[in-house]
Amino acid sequence: MQFIIDCWNSVMGDPTWFYLITTIAKLALMFILLLLFVVLSVWIERRIAGWIQDRPGPNRTGIPIHLLQRFGSKEKQPLKKWLEYFGVPANSWIAKLCTWLRLDREIPLFGLIQPMADGAKLFLKQEMTPSYVRKGFFIAAPMFVLGPPLIAAAVLPFSSSVDTCYGAINMCVANLNIGVLWIFAFSGLSVYGLTLAGWASNSKFPFIGGLRATAQLISYEVAMGLSIIPLLMMFSTLNLQEIVQNQAENGWTLVPLWGEGLSLQRWVLLLPMCISFLIFVTSVFAEANRTPFDMAECETDLVGGYHTEYSSMKFASFFMGEYVAMVVGSALVITLFLGGWSIGLGADVCLADWAKAAAITGSDQAATCWQSILGCCAGWIVVLLQFVAFIVKLVAFVFFFVWVRWTLPRFRFDQVMKLSWLVFFEIAVINILLTAAILYFIQ
Amino acid sequence: MSYTPIKRPKFSLADRIYIVAIAKGLCRTFKHLVLALTRRSRHREDFNSKGIGLCMPFPEQRWDERLPEYYRGAPTLVRGEDSRERCVSCQLCEFICPARAITVTPGEVDPASPCAKQEKAPKEFTIDMFRCIYCGMCEEVCPEQAIFMSQEYLITLTDRDKGIRDKETLYKLGGVRKGLVNKWNDHK
Repeated sequence: MQFIIDCWNSVMGDPTWFYLITTIAKLALMFILLLLFVVLSVWIERRIAGWIQDRPGPNRTGIPIHLLQRFGSKEKQPLKKWLEYFGVPANSWIAKLCTWLRLDREIPLFGLIQPMADGAKLFLKQEMTPSYVRKGFFIAAPMFVLGPPLIAAAVLPFSSSVDTCYGAINMCVANLNIGVLWIFAFSGLSVYGLTLAGWASNSKFPFIGGLRATAQLISYEVAMGLSIIPLLMMFSTLNLQEIVQNQAENGWTLVPLWGEGLSLQRWVLLLPMCISFLIFVTSVFAEANRTPFDMAECETDLVGGYHTEYSSMKFASFFMGEYVAMVVGSALVITLFLGGWSIGLGADVCLADWAKAAAITGSDQAATCWQSILGCCAGWIVVLLQFVAFIVKLVAFVFFFVWVRWTLPRFRFDQVMKLSWLVFFEIAVINILLTAAILYFIQ
Repeated sequence: MSYTPIKRPKFSLADRIYIVAIAKGLCRTFKHLVLALTRRSRHREDFNSKGIGLCMPFPEQRWDERLPEYYRGAPTLVRGEDSRERCVSCQLCEFICPARAITVTPGEVDPASPCAKQEKAPKEFTIDMFRCIYCGMCEEVCPEQAIFMSQEYLITLTDRDKGIRDKETLYKLGGVRKGLVNKWNDHK
């Protein structure tokens, strides 16, 4: 036991190993989180689509009990047996509740595993590669769609940093000083997937879909990049962790209600920030190829869009790529405008102070057992709370994405282009000048 | 003038920047969401729905009593009120069937039986429910009013062999119909 602890101490004491191990752990956490969110957002999408259209959505998918029978259980109605075993009469309210929960048929999960069922279905489907496609690109395209958003997510901070006895862990996979640029670069890369898919399919409608995706992405990348500049001017940093830290201390970009956020300058800056927010969110919608901007897969005029020729898991990876882009996009909006992991109302600063104080009391010789445990855990508790805040915000924003999808009809392609080049571009440029003026004149 | 130009409405700036309209739309859909979840959707009573929104959760709540009269379910064979087999195995349904689901093997009627006048009756009559597309052409083409579309819509099989329905099954499902065909009566 002592040997293991010594080993651990020596490994973690080395800064390189410490960095490597924590980074891999964070990487795994972020990856799992994103993929879970993809699955969850499919479920959220379908359920909310249902509710908005006055129907339940997929609420039935559970683990059917007859599967158990397949695996050897001869019992036809395990529920009845279990009720008898616990001595519950068949017409009591407990039995009725169990029946209402469909426990007699399945282990209910309220449709939560519907995405898994869908995934399994897609996995088992026949993989068709038409003879006329350009094979290499055809196979590479889905990877180009799925990969870049996952890489882009590396710079998203999902919690603040925590001090351990081996050093500080920054809760963000790669704490890059060019975080915002990194995200733009990689989210822009994902369009290569769509373009390649459209082109390699060697078929006219997918080709038009791919072209549309390219045109749309270039247009909205411009608007997106310009819309974010006022924000970067305000925070004067490109590091996402620092941006969030700043927001935690001085009020979220859109909710400046504490710290320095109460100054006149911040309140006047709220106008350009709101404009930035509108342009940025719209551009994120366009970038993630979501309705009302899903021109690239507009099934009414393009058969299926860029993925017409795809089937089975290749098709599914396009689908997943789209959802990953959506999740990463929402996370980015939250990080930049809604305080990222920050709990809000100055609570982050208080919690950080509390954690520090607890650590000092805990390391004291005179500390009780309880105090020393708290001293060790306080930092982690704060980080966990902030992580929960991040997740809650992320779910809320994913809900918003879905909500918009089932409200707005698709734009026409010329309208999409017009909106970007004739409206957003100009407004974003003016917005930059406005922010500069405010920053210069109102101190 | 052969055409009248449509007068396009002039949109104000507020209309053209969409934001108000989008907000209104979002409110409308959110209202539907909340009403569906709190089980207060509009026209819910009309449907007598027990699920979320306007849905009738299918296996628990059926809409059988709402089936329209013209609903086309599984095709069945019927007997007359004198329990006469109406089918005279003319095979018109077999020929018209676009999915080739029907197979008729004609047979003779026993001269001693009360409906000997019709001379022919099917020896075998099978409908392959895996092929049937419920188009109702067999019912339409039948000169003897012998084949009818029933209102049975729930054809869920656990056994492939049960998908091919033979004469007995079809007669059992079809039952007895009254009136309409009297030309094989002895008095005529």
